[in-house]
Amino acid sequence: MKKILKGTSFFVVMLMLVGLLAACSSDDKKNDNSKTDNNNNNASQGTNDKMLSGSLTISGSTSMEKLSNIAIEAFMIKHPNVTASAEFIGSSAGVEQVLAGAVDIGNASRNLKDSEKEAGAVENIVAIDGIAVIIDKTNNLADLTQDQLISIYTGAITNWSELGGSDQPIVVVGREAGSGTRGAFEEILDIEENVVYANEINSTGGVMAKVASTPGGIGYVSLDILDDTVVALKLEGVEPTADNIKGGSYFLSRPFVMATVGEISEQDEIVQAFFEFLKSDEGKELITTVGLIAAD
Amino acid sequence: MNKMSFSIIGSNKNKKSIEKAASIIFTICAFFGVLAVFSISIYMIVSGTPAIFEVGLKEIIFGTVWKPNAAYPSYGIFYVILTSIVGTFMAILIGVPIGIMTAIFLAETAPKPLAAIVKPAVELLAGIPSVIYGLLGVLILNPIMYKIELAIFKDSPNHQFTGGSNLLSAVIVLAIMILPTVINISESAIRAVQKDYKQASLALGATHIQTIFRVILPAAKSGIVTAIVLGVGRAIGEAMAISLVAGNGANIPLPFNSVRFLTTAVVAEMSYATDTHKRVLFTIGLILFAFIVIINIILNKMMKGGNVDAK
Repeated sequence: MKKILKGTSFFVVMLMLVGLLAACSSDDKKNDNSKTDNNNNNASQGTNDKMLSGSLTISGSTSMEKLSNIAIEAFMIKHPNVTASAEFIGSSAGVEQVLAGAVDIGNASRNLKDSEKEAGAVENIVAIDGIAVIIDKTNNLADLTQDQLISIYTGAITNWSELGGSDQPIVVVGREAGSGTRGAFEEILDIEENVVYANEINSTGGVMAKVASTPGGIGYVSLDILDDTVVALKLEGVEPTADNIKGGSYFLSRPFVMATVGEISEQDEIVQAFFEFLKSDEGKELITTVGLIAAD
Repeated sequence: MNKMSFSIIGSNKNKKSIEKAASIIFTICAFFGVLAVFSISIYMIVSGTPAIFEVGLKEIIFGTVWKPNAAYPSYGIFYVILTSIVGTFMAILIGVPIGIMTAIFLAETAPKPLAAIVKPAVELLAGIPSVIYGLLGVLILNPIMYKIELAIFKDSPNHQFTGGSNLLSAVIVLAIMILPTVINISESAIRAVQKDYKQASLALGATHIQTIFRVILPAAKSGIVTAIVLGVGRAIGEAMAISLVAGNGANIPLPFNSVRFLTTAVVAEMSYATDTHKRVLFTIGLILFAFIVIINIILNKMMKGGNVDAK
């Protein structure tokens, strides 16, 4: 009896394993099917405009991963015969690749350098990333300079009294490593190597809550989610508003550049269609869904 | 409908097939657990080992700098491991005495009406989701800790103020969270001690308290140790509550430092991590997994030892 039981149990386990594998693979197939279905549907819509076919390659900034992926996905649904791909190897490497002709578009999460422009790269700003610096409501400070902000986040200044505030220690709050907001914040201030956090919180809402509930707290969040539980500081006297960021007077922001060699009008029609798509209302909506400000 | 088939007057053949069917169903159900453990183990090893070869085991375990996104990234989690060990140890130090005393109270000294309040409260404590512990920690514990921190470190300019998110907060939350485990298991261990021991001790003229500490607790030793090990397991695996109160800085585990536990290190950064960073997070998971396996092996050994004692 025992032997039989052993035999059956082994058999049952094997069966389950096989079943599981089968379930997985059939799921994959289903997904594939639904994807192609989708594409076919869209294809029939797309044929009304213009049938583009070919490939689009993008390479560059890791910070632009979200934006690029969501954009090429939507673009491929619109133009099913185009295969678009993006890889994320860093801003400078991306611009190098586009200059070398290896890719169609080079992503850079900064303004292009003069040397890059001289080599023929054209700076197409598709979106702007803005970050607000927030403090708790009991804090009476309203304005910080860039140097003060750097000193706070590198631990050189630890008390608000050193900045003309009340005698209250500064509680430095930030995001976890890997967060795009943290990457942008540290990159703009150039403090990636020596930043010191007292709190690393893994969500924007968490940062807001911690700062709101901690007297002397300071944190940074994406501009689009600010609410009145905290106070957004002016930086160098400039309010963090979408207009100021577009105007360039608010320094805690950075352009998302999709560089091309030569003007957009000189590109092949797929690249032109891609930029047109980004500038359309649909494209702008995509840009705002990933927490960015659409460029005009 | 088929009530008959379960009755003793049902035919022999019917009974036999039901027996067989039931035992097969039980076997299948039992192997769900095995399958889960098996696949988790494989998955953890497969996804946790690549980073070890990439970064080096020594750099990960004994490195003290956690900067996964710097130009020259470093993935040292020595302080993180240390925090998990120190934090769990401190939580045990606080939680276990309180837990055992409560268990003694419930099993031995409690007047009925008081026990009727304490017992359901402990049971309720076990059922509260960990995120609630975390939120209470943020709302109540952290502000208190911040006041203490402000008072203690008033004149030390080198201290980084954390707003109350520190090791102590995490330890207190953990200590409360392991209480139900410790209390319930040690209570049943104390109740399982043979009545003769207690009666003999009392008959020899020992007081009730003497009997508890000299006779009952030693007799219940193996059960209580089991309770402690289970408490360690719960404390080392907890993530949600302490990620809210500990501050998550990868610092040396000092009471008022913002600290990061193994669990929170994985949870906090998993969502946006890429490439090597992500693989190292899996390695941290593997290390945590190893910790828990070791704790379970100790527990198994101890339970077996306890059985031998009983015999």
